[in-house]
Amino acid sequence: MRRPLIRRLPALLAAALLLPAVAGCGVDEDDAGLVIYSGRNEKLVKPLLDDLEKAVGTTVAVRYGESAELAAQIQEEGGKTKAGLFFSQDAGALGALSSKGLLAKLPQASLDKVEPAFRGGAGDWVGTSGRVRVLAYNPGQVAKVPDTVHDLVKPEWKGKIGYVPTNASFQAFVTGMRVLEGDDATRAWLKGLKANEPKVYENNLKVLDAVGKGEVSLGLVNHYYWYERVAEKGEDKVGAKIHFLPGGDPGALVNAAGVGIIKGNDQAPVAQKAVDFLLSAKAQKYFADDTKEYPLAADVTSTVKDLPPLSSLEAPKIDLGRLESLQETLKMLQDAGMV
Amino acid sequence: MYSTDPVPRTDPAARPTGTPPAGRSRAGRRPPAVLLIPAAVAAVFALLPLGYLAVRSLERGPAFAWDVIANERTAQLLGRSLGLAAVVVTASLLLGVSLAWLTVRTALPGARAWSVLVTLPLAVPSYVAAFAWLSAFPDLAGFTGAALALTLVSFPYVYLPVTAALRGTDPAQEEVSRSLGHGPLRTFLRVTVPQVRPAAAGGAVLVALYVFSDFGAVSLMRYDTFTRGIYTSYRASFDRTPAAALSVVLVAMTIVLVAVEARTRGRAGHARTGTGTARPAVPTPLGRWRAPALAWCTAVTAAAVLTPLATLGYWLAVGNSATWDPARLLETAGTTLGVAAAGAALTTLLALPVGVIAARHRGRTAHLLEQSAYAGHALPGITVALSLVFFAVRYAEPLYQELPLLVCAYAVLFLPVAVAGTRAAVLQSPPVLEDVARSLGRSPLSVLREVTVPLAAPGVAAGAALTFVVCMKELPATLLLRPTGMDTLATLLWTETGTGSFAAAAPYAAALILLAAIPSYLLGRHRA
Repeated sequence: MRRPLIRRLPALLAAALLLPAVAGCGVDEDDAGLVIYSGRNEKLVKPLLDDLEKAVGTTVAVRYGESAELAAQIQEEGGKTKAGLFFSQDAGALGALSSKGLLAKLPQASLDKVEPAFRGGAGDWVGTSGRVRVLAYNPGQVAKVPDTVHDLVKPEWKGKIGYVPTNASFQAFVTGMRVLEGDDATRAWLKGLKANEPKVYENNLKVLDAVGKGEVSLGLVNHYYWYERVAEKGEDKVGAKIHFLPGGDPGALVNAAGVGIIKGNDQAPVAQKAVDFLLSAKAQKYFADDTKEYPLAADVTSTVKDLPPLSSLEAPKIDLGRLESLQETLKMLQDAGMV
Repeated sequence: MYSTDPVPRTDPAARPTGTPPAGRSRAGRRPPAVLLIPAAVAAVFALLPLGYLAVRSLERGPAFAWDVIANERTAQLLGRSLGLAAVVVTASLLLGVSLAWLTVRTALPGARAWSVLVTLPLAVPSYVAAFAWLSAFPDLAGFTGAALALTLVSFPYVYLPVTAALRGTDPAQEEVSRSLGHGPLRTFLRVTVPQVRPAAAGGAVLVALYVFSDFGAVSLMRYDTFTRGIYTSYRASFDRTPAAALSVVLVAMTIVLVAVEARTRGRAGHARTGTGTARPAVPTPLGRWRAPALAWCTAVTAAAVLTPLATLGYWLAVGNSATWDPARLLETAGTTLGVAAAGAALTTLLALPVGVIAARHRGRTAHLLEQSAYAGHALPGITVALSLVFFAVRYAEPLYQELPLLVCAYAVLFLPVAVAGTRAAVLQSPPVLEDVARSLGRSPLSVLREVTVPLAAPGVAAGAALTFVVCMKELPATLLLRPTGMDTLATLLWTETGTGSFAAAAPYAAALILLAAIPSYLLGRHRA
């Protein structure tokens, strides 16, 4: 009953251990002039980063991951990080690295390409594209879409709201509300929202789908998810619509994805070229047209159908640098029993 | 083949002190250096994440760490994780033991085919199972959905060792019970269950640890567990200290769990020692239970295998983002197979000495070694990955973000899976043969090489296949530790679902399930 195969087990084990040496197929980052840690999805930014490689004139290696996990990784790597540039999905992860002193100061010329609202307070990171908080709604269930998130605590929306309390964009929005309206008002709003028994989803797309299917009537999401869904399924198959909130409502916060140069390695000159490329008209146009985000520099406007220009949005005036107090927001969300 | 007298294994405490231990009693005897040294290496390896957690959680002083741990929410999340684990373990035991008994001991029509089919859910990543069920039944979200998805992907951890135990134990006892007039149910409860109890308990521990560490299914099902709390802590606060402090609690839970399991393991011998050649059991006729038995197998297979496949099929058919890239799919599949094979090989090598010691030796050292192997298993992948980042950049920088480090991560993560397989396999082979070899003057190394390993080889190979499958599905550690630019099927699946392109993700998910199904299939066949 003993099989000959089993007798060769040690040989098979040895072969398996050696196999990856043959199968391995990564870009050797030691040869790369620039290593980018990208919290932005490969599907979204790969074509752009291919262009970036051409623009900076050296080999670029990109490591894709989740923004928060990559930020933790860079902190864990300390001075020995391989990353020259961190391309983050949101301002929070950049703020975390900035507060740990891991980012290098950017030249004023680069910073000045972008509104002060979309750069780090210490001048060590800069926004590359903007994403706007919107209300998704099901047109079959909602006759009049609320114009402020404050309406969401009204009893008529009980059990009809979908949201992602663990999502960084949601938490940035709550932090924004704290900055704009104070901790007490925000706590009261969260309490009211919680009392309305909102349905919790794993990510914004799930919220959008749930709104589309009528599981909930309203959803708190970012604008581009809707455009992505339309690109994936076709507009007629997406049941949800989106509403941009007017009047500087905290629910209309514009958050930024951005980049920072990692301090203390010899990639800084190339990383600087990369930052300039990302703020160039070509890259900004890419964000506008391909990822359906808002360009933040170079006077580029979006050509995507139905996407209103950034200047037409009545976004709340807020310094994104002040969104770093995420700890307190998290504490507040935990106290409210939301995360 | 083996014809020796049954040997009752004595309790070490019962022996008069001062008497040298009898050759055949392993109790209390120190493991030989040839096992001890590599096992210690494996244990040190497995304890790396704990060293990291100690550094990180105490970074801001014990008071800060204690504040995080003593938080009311910590207890709440702990309760939720334990509750979920209890339900999933119970359900997995029910599914695993019933299916094992049906496919091994009864006249179930198509028993061989069923034994393969019910092993296949191993190939389904928890996040794919959760996604499949959720897209079909959105209301399942929450505890029910999480428990369902986790049960359906983890019951083979119970099914496989229990089948092996059923095949390895002497059917004569059951026949005697039947001949004494006990019905099938009574025989099952009084004779069969005690025989498979250690195997089932070992599987149950793996299931519980799987539930503790799972992030994919609970996150899709929106059910907050301890692991999800740890991820939230990383993601919302970008702060490693609270996450590390929380992880310490998971480690403590694991140690308690493994200790309890070891205590309840019992002292019964598991090896067949006096029955002559292996003899297949006479299948129990099912009679009027035939139809319900078949319905049960069908229902489990449909829930665990067909549902995810049907959902993937639907996404392939429906979406217009299905951009086929066969070249990339093929290349990634090759990479995935390569790293998973290497991961399984290293894990098996490290698990071998630990498993042999766990099966053959008792005492403090043996216990400590086995518990060390399990210590990190309940940790979320992100914590293990960050700990390897921590150690690699300090002490093994040339290996950092190279394949060997990824392979090491797999070994740290999945050592218990291979240890459990090895231990069960060694337990099933009669220890008396090793004694004979030793009495003939063989060294411990040659006993290991010529007797223990060949006897346990099928079980060890099964453990390796199981490890291979779980390596293929691993995501969080792979994301942080892979060489830059390298992809596995799991990371591509993550990339595609990250933008919501489920249709584009479907081919990678399907490829992952199909490839992982091959070792699962072999596992099922090997048992049949």
